[in-house]
Amino acid sequence: MINLLVILFASILTSNIALTYFLGMCPFVTISKNMKVAYGMGLAVTFVMVVTAMTNWLINKFILEALGIEFLQFLVFIVTIAAMVQIIEIFIDRYFPALYHAFGIFLPLITVNCAILGISLFMVLRTYGFFETLFFSVGSGLGWLLAIVSIGALRKKMIFSNPLEHFGVTGITAVLAGLMALAFIGFTGIARL
Amino acid sequence: MIFIKAIIFINLYIFAIGILIIFMDKVISNYGECKVKINNDKEFEEHGGKTLLKALFENKYFIPSACGGKGTCGYCKLQVPEGGGPALPTEALILNSKELREGYRLSCQVKLREDLDVTIPAEYLEIKEYDAVIEQIELATSDIKKVKINLAEDDEINFKPGQYVQIMFDTPDGLDYRAYSIASTPERKNSIELNVKLIPEGLGSSYVHAKNKNDKIQFSGPYGDFFLRTDSHRKIVCVAGGVGLAPMKSIIDFWNNNPHGRKCELYYGSRTTKDLYDHEFFVKIAKENPDFSYYPALSDKDPEWNGECGFIHTVIEKYLEDGANSEAYLCGPEIMINFVTEVLIAKEIPQERISYDKF
Repeated sequence: MINLLVILFASILTSNIALTYFLGMCPFVTISKNMKVAYGMGLAVTFVMVVTAMTNWLINKFILEALGIEFLQFLVFIVTIAAMVQIIEIFIDRYFPALYHAFGIFLPLITVNCAILGISLFMVLRTYGFFETLFFSVGSGLGWLLAIVSIGALRKKMIFSNPLEHFGVTGITAVLAGLMALAFIGFTGIARL
Repeated sequence: MIFIKAIIFINLYIFAIGILIIFMDKVISNYGECKVKINNDKEFEEHGGKTLLKALFENKYFIPSACGGKGTCGYCKLQVPEGGGPALPTEALILNSKELREGYRLSCQVKLREDLDVTIPAEYLEIKEYDAVIEQIELATSDIKKVKINLAEDDEINFKPGQYVQIMFDTPDGLDYRAYSIASTPERKNSIELNVKLIPEGLGSSYVHAKNKNDKIQFSGPYGDFFLRTDSHRKIVCVAGGVGLAPMKSIIDFWNNNPHGRKCELYYGSRTTKDLYDHEFFVKIAKENPDFSYYPALSDKDPEWNGECGFIHTVIEKYLEDGANSEAYLCGPEIMINFVTEVLIAKEIPQERISYDKF
């Protein structure tokens, strides 16, 4: 039990998927202009992460390993992710049309969000069990959500400040992400994966 | 052996995923039947999931829409007092905050998700659908075809010079339509003429260009608030770029038959002599009618041409007089409209007396 909580805590803070591994950067930079949309994106990514990690774990354990065809992991994981994103897209279009239009192209692009594939690959690499994977994916999703919402909040402040022109919009966001990563290092030692 | 296992598994897996997605799409995207109530009076039922514009269209309520439902032209705005949900970011670009507060929506962006109320202005209810036959279709330039369309025998269309119709055609995704200005005078009520420029990969223009004589064609109309104002006595200044000549032809033809003592000028910008069409028609009017002046101009160098050269706004700058007592009608590409408007304002034609039709 303690082990599971450590995984959850570590994946939110000390091993934050966005700020420690710098995965899933492309929506992280582009969708974070507006906090509300960033929050929606964070929730969508979290949801896809948990569902795909769990599905992939089951498939990996009971089919790929049983049949001895682990070399298909990449292919199968990507197909699962693509399918989940499709379903989520249909779902959001039905119930949250404004959010759907705000996401635009970035919703289908979750498919190639490397943070999500990363979770599935890490779980294989670290030989996690079912519950460990559950806590790991929930934690990583929440960690990504935390990161994108907080950078969204910072960028809101950026509107009123005057960064060097040469930074542009994306440049200064990358600098912000770096500073946030530094801040997250402050959590080191609390928990470790 | 292991590879056969792998191949069988991956195929089965992808197949299962495909079935799952189709199933989810059927279950989640099923909106059922939605009631649409019009002007608190009539109502109809329609499958949910399609746009309001399309649903109205399929029930013979014709709403102007020049961009074909892409949410860029803003013509299809309607008041949706109930059931439209919140306005989308795409609409916020077109509608101003007052319209948004009053519940205006772009009907091409509103999806039927539940029962909804919509207010349709009376003039849109006048718009009819016509089944017609092509009487004549011929190339006017290398890419513009002139199409003469005859209505059914006892049918007639009442339009104002400058208005447009929407040609309807079937596509794999259902009924679609594109807007074309009427080039003939409104005095002829039983037939219309259109000038259709072939746009590479354009759905509407390639549909029309593929038509032959005696083929059937369907359209609805008339649409648009770009038309000749007949309640003033000011000079009419027409500016056309390329195939934007079509509505001007209608305006000038109508004016030529009912001059009411007004003067009329046409500035027509084209690229080369080959792209210039209906040139003789206007030259003839200019010869017969001293109140009409015709200024064609070519933007490309052409040794055969001894008329004006350069973009059309420079020609207007050179020849237009008495702007304070004129009103202007512009039709052409957006960049032309912008430049010409600037020149016209400098020539003392106030903004509210400049009407335009961008394409």
